[in-house]
Amino acid sequence: MANLKNTEKKTKAQAMGMHTEVLTGRTQQKFFNPDEAENFYYFGTYDVDFNKRTDLDVKDMTAAEANKEIDNLMSQGYGTIVIKNPQGKHSLGVGILNKLNLIFEGSLGYFGMGSCDGPIVRINGRVGWSCAENLMAGKVVIEKNAGSCFGAAIRGGDLICKGSVGARTGIDMKGGTIIIGGDAGAFTGFMMQRGRIIILGDVGINLGDSMYDGTIFIGGQIGSYGSDAVDSELTKSDQDWLKRKLKVAEIGENFDVSKMKKIVAGKKLWNYDNLEPTEKKGAI
Amino acid sequence: MCGIAGLIHRGKSSKVGHELQGMLQALKHRGEDSTGYALYGDTDGKNFIMRFKVGENVGEGSTSVAEDVSVYDERKKIVDSYLSELGAKIIKEERILPYSLRYEIEYEKKDLLNFSQKIESIPGVEILSMGKSLEVIKDLGNAKMVCDRYNLDKLVGTHAIGHARMATESGVDIKSAHPFWGYPFSDVSVVHNGQLTNYWNNRRSLENKGMRFMSECDSELIAVYLAEKMRDGASLEEGMKESLTGLDGVFTYFVATKDSLGMAKDTMAAKPLVLYESDDLVAMGSEEIAIRSILPQEIDTYDPFDGEVKVWQI
Repeated sequence: MANLKNTEKKTKAQAMGMHTEVLTGRTQQKFFNPDEAENFYYFGTYDVDFNKRTDLDVKDMTAAEANKEIDNLMSQGYGTIVIKNPQGKHSLGVGILNKLNLIFEGSLGYFGMGSCDGPIVRINGRVGWSCAENLMAGKVVIEKNAGSCFGAAIRGGDLICKGSVGARTGIDMKGGTIIIGGDAGAFTGFMMQRGRIIILGDVGINLGDSMYDGTIFIGGQIGSYGSDAVDSELTKSDQDWLKRKLKVAEIGENFDVSKMKKIVAGKKLWNYDNLEPTEKKGAI
Repeated sequence: MCGIAGLIHRGKSSKVGHELQGMLQALKHRGEDSTGYALYGDTDGKNFIMRFKVGENVGEGSTSVAEDVSVYDERKKIVDSYLSELGAKIIKEERILPYSLRYEIEYEKKDLLNFSQKIESIPGVEILSMGKSLEVIKDLGNAKMVCDRYNLDKLVGTHAIGHARMATESGVDIKSAHPFWGYPFSDVSVVHNGQLTNYWNNRRSLENKGMRFMSECDSELIAVYLAEKMRDGASLEEGMKESLTGLDGVFTYFVATKDSLGMAKDTMAAKPLVLYESDDLVAMGSEEIAIRSILPQEIDTYDPFDGEVKVWQI
């Protein structure tokens, strides 16, 4: 376990009471310093103005050309971009590491909005498999249905589908929140490690199979539980959080969250509370 | 990987050859080793249409052994004589390619099993389809190449299914290409995307029951499996529902008959399918872009769930 000690020289963050101690030894911890903020450079980001708006018709573009043009528009300061005629093309809107209002007037194919960090996206159609895979931050709203592997391996942000989704929703997710207004298919939350999934409708077989951690809330019927997925008590704070989240998501605002089921990991397959072998030695 | 597509017009006919070509061409990145069409054309329903091959396409990428065209001619002659022996009368004959033929035949008997066994007893001859509406056309290359080669663009009908193939467990040849005819049932065809892991067990069992396999492609099992169920009196939908447990592996498949189109998805839902359904048209494919090729306007589509079986009538 890392040594903890007080330091004499305080950073601004520490002076503000944000941190009172630092880690030393092998474990290093770097705090964000507001004084140095201007010196930080995040590759692929631009200073955009949300009030600066433009349309982009991608009907005759390949996905690569469309994505390059989105990047080009952001570099010109456009903060709101409306994509016309996506027509189910794959891999649109991937790799956006920027604050941005992005609106798709239509449906996306596979891998739409993958590996994004920060944009607020509204898709006025449907999305195919693996939408918003690896999302790190931001918000993606889908007005219609979504395919399988919705929100695979997301680390953060809010991913909202107002319709129904396919199988393996939230597979391997490591953070963030997935909200589904309709039904979800088999293996929802398969091997999820962190984060929360909210399904207002029914869910298929093997819910939460082999989940390590995280929480799943189900409003409808459950096809079957997966290995190590168990019921848990729905607390008052859970209900408050659900109400707030559904309101922000503009979905199921009048939904009776008190009747939802809460599913967590039984932790019989994996147990994070167990110490690593080296830590056990230290404890002895 | 492979891609599948299908459509059915309800209450009207359309240029299904052209439409399916567009859908399959949009999926060509999923495989273009071979492409196949099962088209249900508008006919008077009196005569059988027999699509058959007397050899393989030995062009670029083929795993077949080249043969002289004279061998094809010889096989065709034997087919003609066997048809005569069976009491079948050739009404119209088209030799589209040296190895690929289309016959319209007058044949009164209902038993296609003996008929097919007789014709296919000729080495190198395979009936691709037999039906009063169905025509299976399959060859090497992508959807446009096959469509152009066989002039499918103008074919008018009610429904169709097709397959863009990336060869994996069997050869790049016509016999392993989809769709598969539901031998010996008239007007039944199947396309499949996925892998079946109990192929050999099922094949041995079905062969012991007298069913026939022409390739070592696992997808052929679905056609034979459903044909055997229907032979035993099950409806198409009942057979498809049984297949969800009888077939092991990951799969999405389409099956079509003279007046219907169905889909089934395995219980793992591991293979993709996007579906559009309206009062007058059902269109489905491995990817939405297949549907967009015939419906570019904004539409509502969805993914069928795991273990789902659906059947639509014309």
